[in-house]
Order: sequence, then structure tokens, then C-alpha cells
Amino acid sequence: MLMCLAIPAKIISLQGEKAQVDFGQGVLRDVNVSLVEAKQGDYVLVHAGYAIQVLEEKEALETLSLWSDVLAQAGQE
Amino acid sequence: MSETMRFRDPKVAQGIALKIREVAPKKGQVKICHVCGTHEWTITHFGLRSLLPENVEVIAGPGCPVCIVPAAEIDEAVQLAKQGKVITCFGDLLRVPGSESSLLEAKAAGADVRIVYAVSDAIEMARAEREKEFVFHAVGFETTAPITAVEALGDLPRNFSFLVSHRLIPPAMELLLGVEDLQIDGFIAPGHVSAIIGTKPYELFTKVYRMPTVVAGFEPNDVLMAVYMILKQHSTSEAELENEYSRVVKPEGNRKALEVMRRAFKVTAGNWRGIGSLDNSAYALKSSLEEYDARKKFDIKPSEGKDIHKGCQCHQVIVGKIKPNQCPMFLKACTPAKPVGACMVSSEGTCRVWAKNVAAANTA
Ligand code: SF4
Repeated sequence: MLMCLAIPAKIISLQGEKAQVDFGQGVLRDVNVSLVEAKQGDYVLVHAGYAIQVLEEKEALETLSLWSDVLAQAGQE
Repeated sequence: MSETMRFRDPKVAQGIALKIREVAPKKGQVKICHVCGTHEWTITHFGLRSLLPENVEVIAGPGCPVCIVPAAEIDEAVQLAKQGKVITCFGDLLRVPGSESSLLEAKAAGADVRIVYAVSDAIEMARAEREKEFVFHAVGFETTAPITAVEALGDLPRNFSFLVSHRLIPPAMELLLGVEDLQIDGFIAPGHVSAIIGTKPYELFTKVYRMPTVVAGFEPNDVLMAVYMILKQHSTSEAELENEYSRVVKPEGNRKALEVMRRAFKVTAGNWRGIGSLDNSAYALKSSLEEYDARKKFDIKPSEGKDIHKGCQCHQVIVGKIKPNQCPMFLKACTPAKPVGACMVSSEGTCRVWAKNVAAANTA
């Protein structure tokens, strides 16, 4: 396990501090969500069994569009 | 294309690589330093160094939280194990050498040492086996420390305590700026540490040291983008703090996590393997939580700690002064199966990452 690694997962259900999350391809796991303000349907970053941050979809899309901007410039020059 | 795939899109990578060539200086060396084992993994695994111009070098600083745990603190865990306490830890820590013995060797000699996936597993074990004393050896940077904090403030069984070896990243970055013969031109700041601490702690590097600093994520294109952003600043002699990883890192960090850390920990000086003591670089449990502090609860004899075994160059690898393949023992006397130094033990250690990606290492 990489100690600084945190993997995105989607919250399927929530019960107090525990949430069931989906890491994709049907890999489900219980994680502790006491360090974040998350709700059902959110993507969280999971590190060593605990969600440490909520992933912002808007920012994720912004990053991707920033990259395509850089590419568009590369194409022009 | 799924989102992850888009973050890895090789076409995008090629495009960013082109932009990097555009902004890279035509002559002179540029050295960019990251401080995260996962960044090193991304860089070697995806062969990113081969996409960079020859005069742009990306080096690995002290980013492996397991590698920098000093032998003296492994010795503490081994002592407790030998006293009959159950030592719980993440798998990576097991083979990290102490002065005389690793936890794995202690286990082979009969001690009860158990690997857990999460600290909550260790707490469950303590609840189930009340007659035994459980100690969790808590290792990790600011990414991991809030987990220890939140559990330490929670409702713990009396037979459970922490041996805290958490360390803080910004003081280690500052140290690198003072290392002789190591001229760094920019920092890639670690994304998941930053998810907790936010971006403010890095202002020191841009404002005082005039060092371009970019917080980056862990997909190959995140890292390339950070290299591009640093080179762009470098080309105009700017020193800005930029956040490439805004989908995870907020400027203020994770407030809840920072709050539990503030309540549970005090910041102290800490020893780093191969580096020595750094001021304000370690967390210790506050005295209000001393009943859960293994160092207060049990009798542990302080050890001098023998950090570096004969011939091992970990102390040079950790601060980015040499690359693993410049160590004469790399993949000869020292292999992932028979590691000599801590950098070869942990899956995040620079030597281990290079060993696993030898082809990439040979061309780097
Ligand atoms: S290759 Fe092995 S001996 Fe050499 S620096 Fe790395 S861990 Fe130490």
C-alpha cells in the first residue's frame, strides 16, 4: 500500500460516521467519513480506511479543460 | 472515456510535453523536486522522465513516510513487541530496519505483530481481546495524521495506545533548500498532504525563498502539468504558488482534519532517518491524551538508533542528492526481496520504486 495514496470512491450509503463506498468495478468497502462533510453520491478520497477529502466535480472538469486549453495552444504554435 | 482515463490520456501527455519543451530553458540545468512517494511512483511507472528535455530533471525528496521513521522509533516498537504487547501497523512498516531488528524479525522471534488496513481494525482487535495491550505504530505525514487524531479523541478501549511517528512535510522541504550541492529550482508539492493542510504552508517557499511551487495530483498528466507550470514560472523568474490539483486541494485544506489535529497533537522537533532532527517537524499526542500515548504508558528505553547500515546511501537518496542507481548496492546487495535500507523496503521508497521499474530507471 502506498501511504500517501488516496483513492477516489463513491458514497453508496451513509450511516453516522460509516459509509459504504464503491471503488469502481463493484469493489465495495466500509470507510470512516468523520473527517469530511460528505453526502450520499459524493466522491471522496479514501486513505487507509478514512475519507480525507471530497472530490469536487466542477474542479475536476476545470482541470481537464485547462489541459485541453494548453493543448489547443500547442496545436496552434 | 472514464474520468481517470482522461487524466491519463497519452495524447494530452504528449501535448503537455511539447509545451514543456517550449518553455524549458535552452541551456542550463533545471532541477524540480517533489516530496511524495506516490509522485515518484507515477513518474517512474509512466516513464515521465523520458518525456522531459535533457536539462530538466525531476528529483525525489523525502516523500516516503515509512523510510524516514528513524531506527530509534522502530526500536521502540520492537521493545514493546518483546514486552508482550500486540504491535499493529501498516504492512509497509514491518520490514523497516531498526538498529538491531525490524518488526518482522521480532514477529519471527515470537512477538505478536499484526498488519492492519486501517487503525479502526486495530481498535476492534483491542476491543475483542481485552486481556492484551494493543499498540498502533502510527506513521505517516499530514495525510495520515488526522486519522490518528480523530481516533485518539474518540472512544478508545483502555488497552489501546499509539506509538506516534507522524512527521510534517513543509519543514523537510525547507531543509532541502539548505542542502549543500543541491540546487533546486522548483517544488512539486504533495497533493494528498495538501488536501489536509491546504496551500498556505507553502507560501514560505514562494515568498521567502522565491521558489516556484505547484501543488499537483497523481495522474501522469497532473505531474507533467506541474512541471510545465514550474518551468513557465522559471522562464519569467516568477515564484508563485499554484494549485494544479484543485479538484481535491482547497486553499484552506480540510478544516475538520486540521481541527482534530490541533486538538490531539502538539508540534515538536522530530528525528528523520538519514537527516537528523528537524524543528517543528513531528506530532506528539498532547498531555491530555497521555493515557493513549504508548511512550507515556509503558516503560521504553530510549535507543541511540542506528539509522543507516554499512554501505547504504539512503541518507543521500532521501534528500535527492543521488539516484538509487548511483548506489553501488542497488539491485546487487540490496533488492526488494532482501532490502538493506529503508528506501528499498517501503513501496513508496525511492529505491523500491526504481527497482520495480528498472527499465524506466535505466533510461533515466
Ligand atoms: S539501493 Fe539499498 S543500499 Fe542503496 S541506498 Fe537504496 S536502500 Fe540503501
